[in-house]
Parts: sequence; structure tokens; C-alpha cells
Amino acid sequence: MKVAKDLVAASATPMVLGILAEADSYGYAILRRINELSGGELDWTEGLLYPLLHRLERLGHVESSWQSVTGERRRKYYRITRTGLAELAEQRRQWDTVVGALKEIWRDSRPMIAFPLEGHA
Amino acid sequence: MTGELEDQFAQWRQYVRRRPELRTADIDELEDHLRGSVDELVAAGLHDDEAFLVAVKRMGTLDELSREFAREHSERLWKQLVLTREGDPPAVSRDLLAMVICAAGAAVSVKLPELFGMSLERDGTFYGPNAGLFALPWLAAFLAWHRRASTALVVVLVGLFALGAVAANVYPLEAGSQSVILTSIHLPLALWFVVGLAYVADAVRSPRRRMDFIRFTGEWFIYYVLIALGGGVLIAFLFGTFEAIGISPETFVSQWLVPCGAAAAVIVAGWLVEAKQSVVENIAPVLTRLFTPLFTAVLLAFLVALGITSTGIDVEREALILFDLLLAVVLGLLLYSISARDPLAPPGVFDRLQLALVVSALVIDVLVLVEITGRITEYGTTPNKAAALGENVILLANLAWSAWLLLGLVRRTTPFAALERWQTAYLPVYAVWGWIVVLISPPLFDYL
Repeated sequence: MKVAKDLVAASATPMVLGILAEADSYGYAILRRINELSGGELDWTEGLLYPLLHRLERLGHVESSWQSVTGERRRKYYRITRTGLAELAEQRRQWDTVVGALKEIWRDSRPMIAFPLEGHA
Repeated sequence: MTGELEDQFAQWRQYVRRRPELRTADIDELEDHLRGSVDELVAAGLHDDEAFLVAVKRMGTLDELSREFAREHSERLWKQLVLTREGDPPAVSRDLLAMVICAAGAAVSVKLPELFGMSLERDGTFYGPNAGLFALPWLAAFLAWHRRASTALVVVLVGLFALGAVAANVYPLEAGSQSVILTSIHLPLALWFVVGLAYVADAVRSPRRRMDFIRFTGEWFIYYVLIALGGGVLIAFLFGTFEAIGISPETFVSQWLVPCGAAAAVIVAGWLVEAKQSVVENIAPVLTRLFTPLFTAVLLAFLVALGITSTGIDVEREALILFDLLLAVVLGLLLYSISARDPLAPPGVFDRLQLALVVSALVIDVLVLVEITGRITEYGTTPNKAAALGENVILLANLAWSAWLLLGLVRRTTPFAALERWQTAYLPVYAVWGWIVVLISPPLFDYL
């Protein structure tokens, strides 16, 4: 299964903000974390992540600084700001609405499986 | 990590750095990402070089990556330089400081003669011939400083500017005489080539450096015009706002703002060209591309109309100057398209177009010359006529030989470099002519 591009793009901001709300992090670790959380189903590219981080920084949702943690390389760490947390809360409300509605719709039905179309072989 | 792997990272950086969308900090960040990826793959049992290849491949093509970066950072594709250049900020601010000093020097130089009782309003006979001496020495000083000119060159520069000062002030030129006007036009021209000497510094004979000076001249002119337009807007607002509160800024504008601003802008424009030369597409060649076909069409139409009506050209007094200017414009069009042409490109449609332009200008000019030499032999000569005629001959000679070389270029018998060399070798002729008009012509014509 591959998650559609639009869906990946729409969910990217709350995911990155959510991960940064847990702890400060850097690009590679964020990408690894997303991979882990989705069981490898969300395959983000660097071309998606870094411009997104830069955009969030421009909007003031995150801050960045070059830091070297002992025993590691110097890295650009990102930290979520107060407006970032507010944005995350707002996004979360919206996603809860969407997810809640979808769950409501799908509550009684079994998970969808692809039926082969009948008749026209 | 092994040295081999480090080499691969270095190569990768080299490759990525060519993208304007990616800043150094972005590349650092991406490199860290790549290293993280490589470390993980090596831990999973891959060899260094395999891990590197896989990691780079995972990152996707550079085109895609930079496209994504460009969406967020579109401003990076517009070069914003001069004051916010990346890297080496001390050099930029030192340049800026030198420019401000020289521009201020030029502005002060304009006002200095007032301490000795001169007035911009009344002493046109002083300010006219000296016009080039207020700002151009400062521009030459800035360029010489920028290029760390040798002492010998500095001595030559100072000597030539001193000679210019002598030429402008020693001869007893009457107010309103032809010689005053001729000196006012030709001395700045001659001094501009002294600036050129400072520009090419120790490579006076190098055709490449001379061509650079031609480019510099074109760009300088365009920046100067742009600054002047901005200055015009500023003055309009100055008048409008201050007059609204009952104060007339006229004296300030005409006595201070315009003369000092015009002098300072000479240096600012020169500095802009220097600072931006590798950053902004040269504008002069773009304009030439635009106007060469249009000028060719106008000149050909004129020739056709002349042939049909067969009235002959009515050569009045100003006609010779008009046709001098026409030749100068044609030469400028030729020069600036040469300055931007790829020397190795095969002859194309544009070269043919240029040949047509030069030949039609030549034909028109010969027709005019035939008319005018008749007049001069009839009525005798004046400084104006002699200067205009001399300029015409100089430009005519240049364009005639250029036409010959262009013909060779179109027929693939002469290389483009010959045309380039001819134009750069001809530069001293203009300088010498400027000095002749300034130094020799006034005594020759009894300071008429």
C-alpha cells in the first residue's frame, strides 16, 4: 500500500509538529521516527521534509540551531515554539474531527477489500 | 569513517553546491542526513561505498530536491546581492566604505570651487569644461584602490587628470565660444578612458580586459540612468511635499542635491557594476538584441525612401552631429552585441542582421559626408565642423573595417576573435581624439 501524495502532504505538518512536541530533533531522526510510527508505510523524501521544516521555521512554528551533542556530529536541531504548539493544537482539533467522522462512517462495515469487478473479464 | 568515503562526501558537496536553491547551511543539513543514512546502512552490513550509493539514491535526484527547495525559497532564484552577499562580509563592507568615501569626495569636489568665489549659476565657462574633473578622478581612485594598482599606474593616472585640469583651465576660452562647448564634451570623454586605464589596471594591452571595460561602460551608463530616474522621482516628491507646507526647496535642489547627487552617482554606479558583474545578467547586450533589428529596419527604410524621393539629404548645420550620433549608436549596438557573443558560436542570423545595420549606416554616412565636405571647402572650417568631421571619419573607419570583418564572419572566412580584437585595439583612438580636441584644437583655431 502506498499513501496518496495529497494525504502525505496534508498530514506532514501535524506529524512534524507532533514529533517535535515530544522532544527537539533533527531531520534524519524525524524521518526515521515517521517511518517507525507508520510501520514503513509513510515514505517521506528529503525533498518533502527539509523544505517543510524551513517553512515552519519561517512561519515561526519551529526554531533551529546547530548543536553538537557529546559523541555525535554537529547537527541542525529543531525545537517547537509556542505558536507551533498552538498550531499543533489547532491541527489536532481539525484532524480529530476528520478522523472521528471517518470512524463513525466506517464503524459497522468490515475493512474494505478489493472486489474483482464482475462480468467484464 | 574511511578516507574514501570522505572523498565521496566531498564530491557530493561539490556537486550539490552548484544549485542556487541550496544554501551552504542546507547542504550541511542534507550532508548530515546522508551521513545518518550511510551509518545505518553500514550498521546493517553494507560496505561503505554501497551504503553511500544507496543513501544518495534514497535522497532522490538533485533536480527534484532542488525543485522542492525552490518552492519554499523562491527568493533565492532572484539574486539579491550587493548588501547581503553570502560569505566574506568584511570584503563587501570595505568596498562599501571605499565607495562611500569616493562618492562623498565627488560630491564635495563639486561644491569646493564655491569656496573660491565660483557659482554654479554664473560660471558655466568654468563648470562646463571641468565637469569631468569633479567625479571621474574619484571613480578612477575607487577602481585603482579596488584593483590595488601599482604606484606607476597611480602616477600615470594623477598625471593624466592633472593634464585634464590644465586643458580645462589654462586656455583663455571665451564664454559661449565653440571651444568651451567642445572641451566640455570631449574632456569627460578623454577622462573616461583614463578611468578605463584604472579599470584595466596592469593589463592595458589585454583584449579581454579592454572588452571588460567596454562592458563596464555599458552597464555603468545603464545604472547611471536608472539612478538618475530615481533621483528625478525623489526631487519631484521633495518639491511637492515642501511646497505644500510653504517652503521652496529650489535652491537646495539646484545648488546641492542635483550637482552633488550627479557627481556621487558616478561612483555609486561604478561600484554597482563592480559588485554585480557576476550576479546580474548584463543589460546592455539585452538592449542591443532588442534594438538592432529595429534600427536596421529604420535605416533601411530611410535608404529606400531616399532612393524613391531622390531629393538628396538637406545638410543643415546640425546634420553632421546627428549623423555622428547615429554612427555612435550603431557602433554601440555592434560593440555590445560583440561583448555578449559567444566567441565560438557559428555565424547566425543576428550576425547577418548586424552586417545589414552597419552597411546601411555606412551608406547613409557616405552620402552625408559627400554633401558636407563640399560645404566645408566652400565656407572654411570652424572648431565645431572640424571636430564633427573628425569624429565622423573615426567612426566611419571603425565601422567600415567592422563591416569587412563581419562579412568575413558571415562567410566563415574570418574568426569572430578578429572582430573582437579590432574593436578593443581601436579604443585608444577615441581617447587620443578626445585629447586632441581638448589640447590642440583650441590654440589651432585661436580659441574661437
